Amino acid sequence: MTLSTDDVKQIASLAYIKIDEDETKAVLAELSDIFKLIETMQAVDTSGVAPMSHAQDVVQRLREDRVSESDQHELYQSIAPQVEEGLYLVPKVIE
Amino acid sequence: MQWEIVIGLEIHAQLSTQSKIFSGASIAYGAMPNTQACIVDLALPGVLPVLNQGAVERAVKFGLAIGAKINSPSIFARKNYFYPDLPKGYQISQYEFPIVEGGNIRIQTGETEKDIRLTRAHLEEDAGKSLHEDFHGMSGIDLNRAGTPLLEIVSEPDMRSSAEAVAYAKILHALVRWIGICDGNMQEGSFRCDANVSVRPHGSEAFGKRCEIKNLNSFRFLEKAIEFEAERQIEILEDGGSVRQETRLYDANKGETRTMRSKEDANDYRYFPDPDLLPVEIKPDWIARLQETLPELPQARRERYVSDFGLSAYDASVLTGSRELSEYFEATVKQLPAQAKLCANWIMGEISARLNKTDMDIAACPVAPEALAALLSRIDDGTISGKAAKTVFDGLWQGEMDQQVDAIIDAKGLKQISDDSAIEQQVDAALAANAQLVADFRGGKEKAFNALVGKVMKATQGKANPAQVNAALRKKLSGQ
Amino acid sequence: MLNDSLKQLAKRLAGKEVSSVELTAEFLGRINQLNPAYNAFITVDAEKSLEQARAADRKIAAGEAGPLTGIPIAQKDIFCTQGWLTTCGSRMLSNFVSPYDAGVIERFNAAGAVNAGKTNMDEFAMGSSNENSFYGPVRNPWDINAVPGGSSGGSACAVAARMTPAATGTDTGGSIRQPAALCGISGIKPTYGTVSRYGMIAFASSLDQGGPMAKSAEDLALMLNVMTGFDARDSTSLQREAEDYARDLEKPLAGLRIGLPQEYFAEGMHADVARAIEQALDEFRRLGAEMREVSLPNSPLSIPVYYVLAPAEASSNLSRFDGVRYGYRAESYQDLQDMYRKTRAEGFGTEVKRRILIGTYVLSHGYYDAYYIQAQKVRRLIAQDFTRAFTQCDVIMGPTAPSVAFDLGEKSSDPVQMYLSDIYTSAASLAGLPGMSIPVGFGEKNRPVGLHIIGNYFAEARMLNAAYQYQQATDWHRRMPDV
Repeated sequence: MTLSTDDVKQIASLAYIKIDEDETKAVLAELSDIFKLIETMQAVDTSGVAPMSHAQDVVQRLREDRVSESDQHELYQSIAPQVEEGLYLVPKVIE
Repeated sequence: MQWEIVIGLEIHAQLSTQSKIFSGASIAYGAMPNTQACIVDLALPGVLPVLNQGAVERAVKFGLAIGAKINSPSIFARKNYFYPDLPKGYQISQYEFPIVEGGNIRIQTGETEKDIRLTRAHLEEDAGKSLHEDFHGMSGIDLNRAGTPLLEIVSEPDMRSSAEAVAYAKILHALVRWIGICDGNMQEGSFRCDANVSVRPHGSEAFGKRCEIKNLNSFRFLEKAIEFEAERQIEILEDGGSVRQETRLYDANKGETRTMRSKEDANDYRYFPDPDLLPVEIKPDWIARLQETLPELPQARRERYVSDFGLSAYDASVLTGSRELSEYFEATVKQLPAQAKLCANWIMGEISARLNKTDMDIAACPVAPEALAALLSRIDDGTISGKAAKTVFDGLWQGEMDQQVDAIIDAKGLKQISDDSAIEQQVDAALAANAQLVADFRGGKEKAFNALVGKVMKATQGKANPAQVNAALRKKLSGQ
Repeated sequence: MLNDSLKQLAKRLAGKEVSSVELTAEFLGRINQLNPAYNAFITVDAEKSLEQARAADRKIAAGEAGPLTGIPIAQKDIFCTQGWLTTCGSRMLSNFVSPYDAGVIERFNAAGAVNAGKTNMDEFAMGSSNENSFYGPVRNPWDINAVPGGSSGGSACAVAARMTPAATGTDTGGSIRQPAALCGISGIKPTYGTVSRYGMIAFASSLDQGGPMAKSAEDLALMLNVMTGFDARDSTSLQREAEDYARDLEKPLAGLRIGLPQEYFAEGMHADVARAIEQALDEFRRLGAEMREVSLPNSPLSIPVYYVLAPAEASSNLSRFDGVRYGYRAESYQDLQDMYRKTRAEGFGTEVKRRILIGTYVLSHGYYDAYYIQAQKVRRLIAQDFTRAFTQCDVIMGPTAPSVAFDLGEKSSDPVQMYLSDIYTSAASLAGLPGMSIPVGFGEKNRPVGLHIIGNYFAEARMLNAAYQYQQATDWHRRMPDV
């Protein structure tokens, strides 16, 4: 697989990271090297092997349905970039 | 050309838990902004999700109620996209191995019954809300709703008209309330519909290009939106154009759908299993315990009402429209098992009309099922006429005489005259006093008969049993 | 006192030889003196630390002291600490004062330990040299021109330079073990699921695991006794009986079967490292251990697999940093989209962005199966290799890192070379196995060499026993750099 600058732009767009035109080339070169390393695993025959998502073979524990949290919005909003009337402010959301 | 409409629905039912699906914050509606958003809901660095057992139980109950497969293990996945109301930058949802797979629901339109297949139902978390009031040109974000448990119920594209879609949505709405997993409050967004609509030439096998219409928060809007959308697509196709697959928004004010400037434009959600959540195991004994908590389901009840009580399919489906209504009917008919039809008629007639007029719910009905049954039994045994029963019902509704039916009948003097000799006496008197009417009747004027009945009823202040009056009059007029 | 073990410090405190306030002040003084040159700490807050020390002294006076009460412990700046700046080494969190405590922090607080300060780290724990911190690189106490390793480089440096008796770290692919090796200290990443991840800022959720970094195996055991334990707020936290990790320290090593994976003793390991490792293995033989050749055939694939899975999880874990609810927000922007994209472009450093891009790519439509799913399958093969190997041995040993500490700037422009620093450590992370590093001598330029010990699941006590017995017979762990 070869990455293109368009791929890099597309990934950056999906990841919501602004990337300048002149950065694109350098990023492409680095990513291409990394993918060369990564692709060495693709030769392995993994037919019949189940993907391993977790380090331990355990099942999800369930939480009792109970309200355990109280209102602390003033504390939590004290570290927010911009709040007003208890709301987090962002540039206008257009739907 | 004849066109066929093809509809599939995606319904988001908010599960009626106390706390959120992955945190211990409350999901109560209407709190001040962000007062129910804890650090997990706010996606602070380092926080982790822990799954709410109540949400899983409700999803399993739903699966059992529609005869679906319960997947174990069931897997949570992350759906990645950026939006200010989505604090983590991903929504925890399910992709492969949803908790509920398959199942079906029987709907009825007119006299036709049809099974709608369900694809799946999966658990996921709701997002917050963006408020667009002008905060110096900015939007405000309220994350109270973020993390509220949802069951997304996806149907196969099995519906062929807006009426079928509405029937399906209503049945599902009744079902989730019936089994107590969702309050069904559409105004508060507890039950939201998205419709996938496409059209195709009649008889064609292939599906047309579909559009997804978002956020239809009433059955009426669902119906209107589908009709508008189908019409729109047909027009495009008849003009030789082609339908573009897209997400559209229904504008209730204009009664039309329009392209949504969508956050999903060309999005790639990059689903992958959430590494913070392990596979959910749902053991058979747990499923069995949940099965036992399920009440008799509406479909089974409908069938029983038809077979055991001889009700029409229509009556049976109305009476099972909600669990409360059905329970009311059950409680009434328990007192009066031989008169199920009479009970049904009164509940669907007098009671429903009265509730509608006062905008009340059956749960708040001032007339207890036992009182209604007592009233109906007095009709049944001939103590009062149907007409007098309405007067008694008024009394019950107003809470008169402690809702003692017999006491109200006595107090209002509504007891029917059913004694044969008493009625005969009244008939004789009427015949004697109205020779002209008798002559008219004999002369072939059938109307005169009714007038004579009226005379008897008037003389008895309406208390004479009309059937007996009729019979006695006929006998006298023909026999003499 | 600077070179005292935790046990010795606790004894001094219990004997009223020194108070916690005095002890804390002593170490804070050393931090003040050394940190400008070594940059091991991002945040030092003497007032907060001394407040905790005063509380500890009251606890000691009341006879309620535990093994760590009153002892300063440095915390990696990845653990959310209420009221403390918690940056994760990133500009993105350069203003984030945590409103809550991580599970690990709660445990140290409950034990009466004193927070000695928040240590520097590679941004979001992504790095093997500590050059990726928004707060600048950390220096290696053995050679100020060398890197300390990463990502827990600040903790490793702080312990090595005796700025703190012990510290916490986190390890995703080697981030405790590699800096421990490069700084000549001991560090252990326990079995995945034994230390709560709650409040530990996520890099790659299925791999991240907290653990202690200290001067000796004995200290690690005492630290683990405090750090481990079930936490209901972390779904991956394991429900197990509490164990005393120091219980087996004194056991003789006779009969211990040490597995030597042929793949770890192949090309790639530098000669100076190989020499030190061989000498260490000889010591273990003298202590009665037996060597077994084992094979981990899929182990060489652990770096490629790791660099698919860790970035994939990271790309999603780091999506929450958007400048809306906390942390950095770009100064100027045109609209919502621009705000997001600039905030993330400016708030994240180069390596973090690089990994987000890798992760985004391997999860994206059309590549998911070839990269992500394939990597998860090879991950299982790697884990199965270990299962087989542990039928033949009790612990596995080898080098922690292929070379001694490299110079600052030596690998920073070559990501692939940097990634290969974790070639021996990432396999255990993928399998979820416990791994540790202990100092076993010096290589080139008199820089430390670390021995890597991998154990079976929950075999920490056995590993600590082996390390402790080695440290009883040698003094590498007591060597102090000349700072």
